[in-house]
Amino acid sequence: MSLNYTPKTIKHFLKPKNIGLLKNPDAQAEIGNMVCGDQLSFTLKVKGGKIQDIKFLSFGCASNIATASIMTEKVKGMSLAAAKKFNWQAIVDELGGLPRQKIHCSMMAVEGLRKVIAMYEKEHPLTKKVFVGLKIKKNKR
Amino acid sequence: MNVYLDNAATTKLDPRILKAMMPYLSDKYGNASSIHSLGQQNNLVLERARGEIAGILGGEANGIIFTSGASEANNFIIRGLMRANRQKGKHLIVSAIEHPSVYQTAKLLVLEGYEIDFAPVTADGSVDLVALKRLLRSDTVLVSIMAVNNEIGSIQDLSVISKIVHKNGSYFHSDLVQAVPYLKINLQKIGIDLASLSAHKFYGPKGVGLAYVRSGIKIDPLISGGEQENGLRAGTYNLPGIIGLTEALRIAYAERASYLRQVKTLRGYFWQRLKTEIPGLKLNGSLKKRVENNLNVRFGRIEGEAVLMDLSMHGIQVSTGSACSAHNLKGSYVLSAIGLADYDLNSNIRFSLGRFNTKKEIDYTISVLKKTVARLRAFSPVK
Repeated sequence: MSLNYTPKTIKHFLKPKNIGLLKNPDAQAEIGNMVCGDQLSFTLKVKGGKIQDIKFLSFGCASNIATASIMTEKVKGMSLAAAKKFNWQAIVDELGGLPRQKIHCSMMAVEGLRKVIAMYEKEHPLTKKVFVGLKIKKNKR
Repeated sequence: MNVYLDNAATTKLDPRILKAMMPYLSDKYGNASSIHSLGQQNNLVLERARGEIAGILGGEANGIIFTSGASEANNFIIRGLMRANRQKGKHLIVSAIEHPSVYQTAKLLVLEGYEIDFAPVTADGSVDLVALKRLLRSDTVLVSIMAVNNEIGSIQDLSVISKIVHKNGSYFHSDLVQAVPYLKINLQKIGIDLASLSAHKFYGPKGVGLAYVRSGIKIDPLISGGEQENGLRAGTYNLPGIIGLTEALRIAYAERASYLRQVKTLRGYFWQRLKTEIPGLKLNGSLKKRVENNLNVRFGRIEGEAVLMDLSMHGIQVSTGSACSAHNLKGSYVLSAIGLADYDLNSNIRFSLGRFNTKKEIDYTISVLKKTVARLRAFSPVK
């Protein structure tokens, strides 16, 4: 089995970017679990339809940490629409390749990103009408 | 600083053993099966080595079959014995914590119509003898139980197991790969009918090992096409390897007492510091019924492979619970067998000490590990 990580992957593992929890996030989501041996937790802040900030926590291997690190770097500032289309292959390319059995880590990171965006969109619907409707509902309480 | 703490995976070749092998890698290159003098001189060397090994292991010289290592020996014994003894039965028992070369090979025999049962183990990694007795059947041909587990270092009571197995009229195989020199081995006295060994686990070369098959036991070869090893294992004798294996085994038992004292002292020091300086760390298996060089620990909240990679970047080489976990992305079945919860199966590291480790190396490892664990725990989503 070859498990040779690229220098860039190792750099992102040893000094990951965007690590931690955002205060008062607009959305948060978890993907994976400890039994599988991989778990990521994302917090997201959105401003003007763009990803203002994103942070993650990880229970995972070196490539789990590195892929989430590079992905959060890449999608920061991106529109939600573009971020939803962000592809795992871009993570692999950016890192200069991943061992075959670690490709799933990049897929999981992307899955987590889509999940946290979906959470955001569920709580912040796009059309004004629905938004008003929600407000009224809140007022009623 | 470079620290090698993965001696259960393989060991560094002892320079004395390399020196003993060198003539057979250069001038004394004759094929030990050739009839000319260059071959026959090596044939004498080969048979002397066989006799010496038999003496050390307390077995019969003609029971020793040299192989490429223990995986081959285990494959040969499990398949060869079951196939040659079909008239005796089709049932075999292996423990739930066997090495994959026993565990998977036994499982594959099901495809040939054999029936297999796995003997469970207790929390300390000992085979549950009551359960074993219950699993034995009149058509049980073979029971295979390793002497020392490769992941948690747990030691089995081979004499007791051998009696149980023989009382049932079955053959007893023991994978002794992790047992040298930690256990004193006398095959005949303990009552081991079949055994497997590999040289590189005790400072010998890679690519050589042996299968032991007591006389009178029928077994089919795995590799055919030559009369070597009485037709039980075809292929040119790997004389440099066999000399290396013999010398490695001789040194291992000649220096056993001082070696064990050395690794035990170092392991004790390491464990003392680990359990007091890494919060929440737990030992997998029992400290008592365990070989002197092994520690398998659970960190909780962080993934074992991340710890491994971080240590590796700092020159410290260790292993996760099983070397296979990164391959198949599954937690260790050994740790599962001793009762670890599913969510704990991916948070473990095996440290296996050896002859060349020093106290300085342990101090360095502790200092790095403290930082590694703190760093990874700081961003774990697990509470």
